[in-house]
Amino acid sequence: MSEQLKVKTMQEFMAEGKQPEILFWVGSAGSFDDRAKKISRAFVKLLNKADVDFAVLGTEESSTGDVAKRAGNEFLFQMQAMMNIEVLNGYEIKRIVTCDPHSFNTLKNEYPSLGGNYDVVHHTQYLKELIDNGRLTITGDGYKGKRITFHDPCYLGRANSVFDAPRELLAKTNAELVEMKRHKKTALCCGAGGAQMFKEPEKGDMDVNVLRTKGALETNPNIIATGCPYCNTMMTDGIKAHEKEDSVTVLDVAEVLANSQGL
Amino acid sequence: MEYLPNIIFAVALIAGIGFFVRNVKKLTRNIKLGRDVDVSDNKAQRWKNMAKIALGQTKMVVRPIAGIMHVIVYVGFIIINIEVLEIILDGLFGTHRLFSPLGPVYDLLIGSFEILALLVIVAVVVFWIRRNIIRIQRFIKPEMKGWPKTDGNMILYIEFVLMVLFLTMNAADFQLQQLGAEHYKQAGAFPVSQFIVPLLDGLSESSLILVERTAWWLHILGILAFLNYLYYSKHLHILLAFPNTYYGKIKPQGQFNNLESVTKEVKLMMDPDADPYAAPAEDSTAEPEKFGASDVMDLNWVQLLNAYTCTECGRCTAECPANQTGKKLSPRKIMMDTRDRLEEVGKIMDANKGEFFSDGKQLLNDYITPEELWACTTCNACVQACPVSIDPLSIIVEMRRYLVMEQSAAPTELNNMMSNIENNGAPWPYNQMDRLNWVNE
Repeated sequence: MSEQLKVKTMQEFMAEGKQPEILFWVGSAGSFDDRAKKISRAFVKLLNKADVDFAVLGTEESSTGDVAKRAGNEFLFQMQAMMNIEVLNGYEIKRIVTCDPHSFNTLKNEYPSLGGNYDVVHHTQYLKELIDNGRLTITGDGYKGKRITFHDPCYLGRANSVFDAPRELLAKTNAELVEMKRHKKTALCCGAGGAQMFKEPEKGDMDVNVLRTKGALETNPNIIATGCPYCNTMMTDGIKAHEKEDSVTVLDVAEVLANSQGL
Repeated sequence: MEYLPNIIFAVALIAGIGFFVRNVKKLTRNIKLGRDVDVSDNKAQRWKNMAKIALGQTKMVVRPIAGIMHVIVYVGFIIINIEVLEIILDGLFGTHRLFSPLGPVYDLLIGSFEILALLVIVAVVVFWIRRNIIRIQRFIKPEMKGWPKTDGNMILYIEFVLMVLFLTMNAADFQLQQLGAEHYKQAGAFPVSQFIVPLLDGLSESSLILVERTAWWLHILGILAFLNYLYYSKHLHILLAFPNTYYGKIKPQGQFNNLESVTKEVKLMMDPDADPYAAPAEDSTAEPEKFGASDVMDLNWVQLLNAYTCTECGRCTAECPANQTGKKLSPRKIMMDTRDRLEEVGKIMDANKGEFFSDGKQLLNDYITPEELWACTTCNACVQACPVSIDPLSIIVEMRRYLVMEQSAAPTELNNMMSNIENNGAPWPYNQMDRLNWVNE
């Protein structure tokens, strides 16, 4: 077991009669996927460092239903949404932070008309806020001389116009940021969205993640950074397809920051 | 007999506009076959979008060559309408160059029309080369064979001919003015057509008049014909781009609508006080609403307007990750299929006094296959790329909804994923009680 993280559940806060500053919505990937769990841990390390009073739902959290909705199962989506809203409203949650752009998008945009109104931010936005408020300081040149290219997750970037926060965070590490030909509004999908993560792709010449990774590799990076657990998986697989796993690493922005601080 | 040309002109004008109005009515009827959707919100934002995207062409210039050429043709089209107004008035009243008393302003107007006409010719030639010689990828995709290809070229030919007629008319006019022919008063500046004049050298006054009149008549009749060609063509975008950008999506691209009919049922299901044996609601005679879309009538009218607005430029398809990796999905084809099917439904209604009888066909399967629908990553690249705010993704999602909720026809892996969510609250078969294990790993 690695270093102990300080993570409290909403139930614990409730028992103490307190409210946390934010709720960290871990998401299904962040809870169960081995690679994505590391992103959750890296983000929590940063929260701990900044001394943020945050809570998770723990076993009371359930799938947002986002992936069911994109697959066309509106029933399942709304059942999940309403169950989650009941829990969130029960705890009087105001502010939610998540590392998963898909959870971010659906909680922010699709939950309100079903009765769930929260201030939802992506973890890159929240980390930037902590830095801007002076609660979190990023020091050192651990990444100086490293080339990082940021892959925009569709549901963070194009879908919700969050382009700057992740880039500004990466810049804090003094790494050299390089842009892919297709970035920001014209970024190419990693291939996982719209429930593709959970099925074999349709017949074609190539898989989407291989094409996207090709674009990333053209920038000759040391690190491909992203802000989505699904993008992370797809890009990691893409690196393997191009046999570059020895020279290029795929990391979440939170991991880059945590690593740079030796957390 | 003196008024014969005026009468013929009036008849042509009325027939041309009348036929156009008839087609516009048909168009409106077809679009209204779609489900109702509330787009009365955010008027200020909507007007702004229309001004920026349709009038200002901001999304066209994302691709600079095509964009700038398009702006030229577009400006040429708008400005030349002032000339068309003069032609119409001249035609009705038997006058010639009615606006010429404007003097230097008139010279400036005619001069700039000529320059624009020349620029339009250049642009049209470039467009033709891109389509037929360079064969740019997005113009030779499978859905662009046959009529869509012919239609694309036809528009270029018509525009080319109209501009050549305009310049020929001016050249003959200019020559007649210099000869001091009766009726052809000195007016206008001819910076471009003066170079055509040498070609008319040696023609008698009456031959020149014949050339001038022929060009004049063909020009205006051509414009009326072109107006009526619109309905049958992708060129309809010159009109529909405006309402389409006004009614286009103003929410974040990632936000999909929540189906209200589903909300009602889910609330009932989750309500512990609901009586499962209660009598059905009062309007139980009404046909239960279909979930999702299998045919054009299940889509909303903005989606149908989208289909008529699509000009098949293929920027959506060129940006689509599925299409780029050789999968069958092409967002442009989704729009073209929707329009084709809607036209087919319209024709059935025309043949049956406005009533629709099933022809055993529908949009799903007969036009769009599930394979195309399941290849979509819902990344919104197509929506972003569209220069006129068309949303092919919303149609794909509606059709997936039909496949999943009405037909239970999702790919097996997705069914597994969905039953995992139902049973474990996660798309993977893990226990909800293990959700916090990551903290201590």
